[in-house]
Amino acid sequence: MALLAFHNITKSFGPLVANDDISLSLEKGDVIALLGENGAGKTTLMNILYGHYTADTGHIEVDGKQLPSGQTDAAIKAGIGMVHQHFTLAENLTVLENIMLGTESLWSLSQKQSAAKAKLAKMSEDYGLKINPDARVADLSVGERQRVEILKALYRDARVLILDEPTAVLTPQEADSLFKTLKSLTGQGFAIIFISHKLHEILQISTRVEVLRRGKIVGSVATKDADRAMLAEMMVGRKVERPSLEAMECGKPVVRLNNVTLRDAGRKASKVPKLDQVNLTIHQHEIIGIAGVAGNGQSALADLLSGLTIPNQGTFELLDVPVTQASPSNIVHRGVGRIPEDRHSSGVVGEMALWENLISEDLRNAPVSKAGIIIDRKACVERTNALIEKFDIRCEGPDAETKLLSGGNMQKLILARALAPEPAFILANQPVRGLDEGAIAYVHEQLLAARKRGAGILLISEDLDELFSLCDRICVMYHGKLTQPFDAKSVSTSQVGLMMAGQTMGQTFDQAPDNLNAPVKEPSHAD
Amino acid sequence: MQIEPREYVAPWRIAFAPFAAVIVSLGLGSILILWVGASVSDAYLLLVKGAVGSSFALTETLTRSIPLIFTGLAATIAFRARFYNIGAEGQLYCGALAATFFGTGLITLPPLLMIPFLMLIGALAGGAALAIPVMLKTHLKVDEVVTTLLLNFVILLFVGYFLEGPLKDPMSMGWPQAEPIIDEGLFPSLVDKSRLHFGFIFAIIGSVLCWAMMRFTVWGYEIRAVGLNTSAAKFSGINVNTTVIRTAVISGGLAGLAGVSEVAGLKGYLTLDISPGYGYTGIAVAMLAQLNPLAVILSAIFISMIYVGADSMSRAINIPTYIADVLVGLSVLSILVSVMLTKYRLRWR
Amino acid sequence: MMDILDILISAGFWAATFRIVSPLIFGTLGELICERAGVLNLGIEGIMTMGAMSGWMWVYMGGDLWTGVMFAAFIGAMFGLLHSGFTVYLGLSQHVTGIGITLFASSLSYYIYRMLLPDATTPPKIDPFHPYPVPFLSDIPIIGEALFTQTPLTYLALILVPMVWYVLYKTPVGLAVRMAGENPMAVEAQGINVLSIRTGAVMVGSAFMAVGGAFITMSAFDAFFFGMINGRGWICVALVIFASWRPGKALIGALLFAGLDALQVRVQQTAGAVIPYQFFLMMPYVLSIVAMVIMARKASYPKALLTPFRRGERT
Repeated sequence: MALLAFHNITKSFGPLVANDDISLSLEKGDVIALLGENGAGKTTLMNILYGHYTADTGHIEVDGKQLPSGQTDAAIKAGIGMVHQHFTLAENLTVLENIMLGTESLWSLSQKQSAAKAKLAKMSEDYGLKINPDARVADLSVGERQRVEILKALYRDARVLILDEPTAVLTPQEADSLFKTLKSLTGQGFAIIFISHKLHEILQISTRVEVLRRGKIVGSVATKDADRAMLAEMMVGRKVERPSLEAMECGKPVVRLNNVTLRDAGRKASKVPKLDQVNLTIHQHEIIGIAGVAGNGQSALADLLSGLTIPNQGTFELLDVPVTQASPSNIVHRGVGRIPEDRHSSGVVGEMALWENLISEDLRNAPVSKAGIIIDRKACVERTNALIEKFDIRCEGPDAETKLLSGGNMQKLILARALAPEPAFILANQPVRGLDEGAIAYVHEQLLAARKRGAGILLISEDLDELFSLCDRICVMYHGKLTQPFDAKSVSTSQVGLMMAGQTMGQTFDQAPDNLNAPVKEPSHAD
Repeated sequence: MQIEPREYVAPWRIAFAPFAAVIVSLGLGSILILWVGASVSDAYLLLVKGAVGSSFALTETLTRSIPLIFTGLAATIAFRARFYNIGAEGQLYCGALAATFFGTGLITLPPLLMIPFLMLIGALAGGAALAIPVMLKTHLKVDEVVTTLLLNFVILLFVGYFLEGPLKDPMSMGWPQAEPIIDEGLFPSLVDKSRLHFGFIFAIIGSVLCWAMMRFTVWGYEIRAVGLNTSAAKFSGINVNTTVIRTAVISGGLAGLAGVSEVAGLKGYLTLDISPGYGYTGIAVAMLAQLNPLAVILSAIFISMIYVGADSMSRAINIPTYIADVLVGLSVLSILVSVMLTKYRLRWR
Repeated sequence: MMDILDILISAGFWAATFRIVSPLIFGTLGELICERAGVLNLGIEGIMTMGAMSGWMWVYMGGDLWTGVMFAAFIGAMFGLLHSGFTVYLGLSQHVTGIGITLFASSLSYYIYRMLLPDATTPPKIDPFHPYPVPFLSDIPIIGEALFTQTPLTYLALILVPMVWYVLYKTPVGLAVRMAGENPMAVEAQGINVLSIRTGAVMVGSAFMAVGGAFITMSAFDAFFFGMINGRGWICVALVIFASWRPGKALIGALLFAGLDALQVRVQQTAGAVIPYQFFLMMPYVLSIVAMVIMARKASYPKALLTPFRRGERT
């Protein structure tokens, strides 16, 4: 009898079928990898297993017994544990409080804190997951938070552990240590479901790969019989071709950061600045990548380059003129195109029409408005029609509500807004997050076309593969400091990974260490 | 129970939502009528008759709708920017106080200038009353809901002080009331032998201007964008603080106009009871209008009907006049649900 | 200056302070519980009015005082259920719902009062709670008269502060409430129903608010007037912010506030000739705003305050 079995699970959200008749099963010691593009239905399936969602049809069995649907507590009792992609922790509470929640009867008049602490200490020991139970979650690093999430599941005696994109926020080295933990867990009889779209990880950790595409299982292979190309093709449904970088001489500098330091506003300013003496020059015809674990200052750098803030110390020069005023509209008019990190929360106003979102950066100028007061709707709609055509935005027309667009089309809308004025500098902050393979290729093509045209581009990404395939040079961010740029061809993933963990900090972040290839020299101006 | 967004929101649903809310409110209100032992249909018939059954009733209803249109617009504009101005009551009194201060003889101009002057002064005073809460919000992140609510009490006491002190009418025989507005400042009457005054025209013009601003101008765009998604508005270069402050001044100004119109249009002098809560009722007006400035006219007239009608209904069947307030409170709650049901569907399983 | 010192050491001043603070404690704790679970309850003003009317009416109709308090609490909880039906289950705007509940509950209170007492011209009276001197403790000079010669509801308010603290910080259900206000998904992921936790918190909080209202008609006064809550609910909302969502600080804030209020009444008697009385009456509201301004920058809101949680929604 299988430890866990899905039987014909179907789930739809409105017209979208997220899971279509999915059946699969796993045994003790299995590591099943659920592979699929963004939106293929992996997380939905796991949310059904964990009781967050109720399946429309089908059922799940654990040890041959049917699991009641839509009840998280039942799933936990049956031994299912889930490490969500977005951690489900309360930052202002302690590790122990986060773990203890739900483990005692709600109506008991006291908490057995010390007993819980002892149990937790023993588990930390057994599984090699060290953690301080009294630390506030807000003070923990991303890797430590993930440890808390795993411990939370183990504390509830989970036998099946679901990990949803667990490595998305980790350095390669942290990911390796996670894999070691997982291996030791499977040795002790745990079963693991591992969700990812990173092929090399899946080949490394899993025993079997289940490939999902558009809600359906399109393939199931033992990992030992699988290879990268085959999995990639199964996942996308066709041969994957990502555009590649063509060699190019870089030109004049477009952006120059000199010793830029940025601190938290307000009295509560922490001692660690968000950006610490950052130096960076971006030239025409080049893409510079920023690698780093989330939360090391990338957002501050992006805020600075999008005009939302100005440096506390140091200078930010755009086309040789210093930026002295925190004003996105000012910076846009001086030739910056910006792709924000989160298109839903800061990219577009979902309830407004397409044409309205396309003019949002240019409200007070002709032809968008007359005298900066009355919006010229006709001119805006015409412009929108042209851009819909040019950027191949699939929509019902310029008046359609923007939130109805698919992720890829919404990103195309943002690209249209940012790139149509042919900016000299482009800030691309996680430009392909959450997109499917077709849209990813489109975004990358557009960035490469802009590079060819002569734009300088800064690409911030947590995906090292993306950085290595697209960037001329790569810098690493750690605790607000930025390394010098390294030539993408002469630095390795593991070297970048070490720097992401700040391990060679002492040397690397001030000067290049000997064991790394020397950073490329400041390119000579091509003018 | 599952709440699912609808992929397509039919326009008829949006148009129907306020009517559904009204029907539900009246339905729930009928429980209170049954409690009195009266027939529900008779009672509501009395209400309608009392509100529009005669030309006198009709003009009364329209007269009462004037301050409600202004306060309804005040809430509409502010809520659109997701700035929760619950202080229209206080701003109304500020507008009335300013009009009284300048309009009782301090300055005399011909009517064609005096009336616009008083309206401008009143609007400025109303806007200024909201300046403190909005600056506290934009600069110190103090929640505007509580500050605007608390300021209502402060302003009312402040006005009370003026009415018993510096602005007190010596002819008032001890009542706390101000001297009358000079004739040049009084709004002309709109219909003979009724209380309906020119303020109604001003209110309609105000609604149309607000609608045009929201729909056609950069300011309106900015207000909507800030209200719908502040961080996207900020990212795209809209100055959020400026927009919120501007919105607040407009909103406070509209509420101030309600005060001017009551003093210079209806009563002729300022007392402490010129508003029986028009500021708060304005929120109901705005919600019922789904924050559409043109629909505010209709919803204000409707709510005014309830108040005027309930007065005569209560005389006829001996039911407390508070039924009107109960119906208004219920309609705020039911419009919330009915608007939600236009965008979502509930699935029971 | 001497006058103020005299006032500050007089038992009468402190007795008044504890009388003024009692409804504020109920209201502030109630609001605090709601907000800790992530729900801003702006129905507080109306719910306090409802509590004031229903508790009083219960006694006027022949019920005894304590069941009257319980009746008020029950009615308050019912309005809490209404509030959470809108804000927790349907995820509607907490601001507008709260204002709507305040409009509805206050006008309904007046309606019911008028229905049951149509002809009352002067407000009828009940026999309210009387001060109950605590044996021995009330014999202590000054403190005895100030703190231990109060009505039972004041004692209840003071006892509730440590109780609410204990429940919030030392019991599993308190942990769940705090977690629901910080990250509802974390509660859901541990197999606890967020909606039930929030609904429970809003109902209990609203019951507290209603008892705060009942204090005013059943302990501080003996009759029900129109508009007698007079913004106390809004002051409680401000006090919760001042207290950074902590019960202990809420008590301190409320005491500070009540003390200043009691002081202004007494100063008014001496200085009233110079400064118009309206300016003294403004004090509580102005102070509340000042308190919010002082704390606003430091305030660490419950992270999920105002954020509805919908089960099974796609994120």
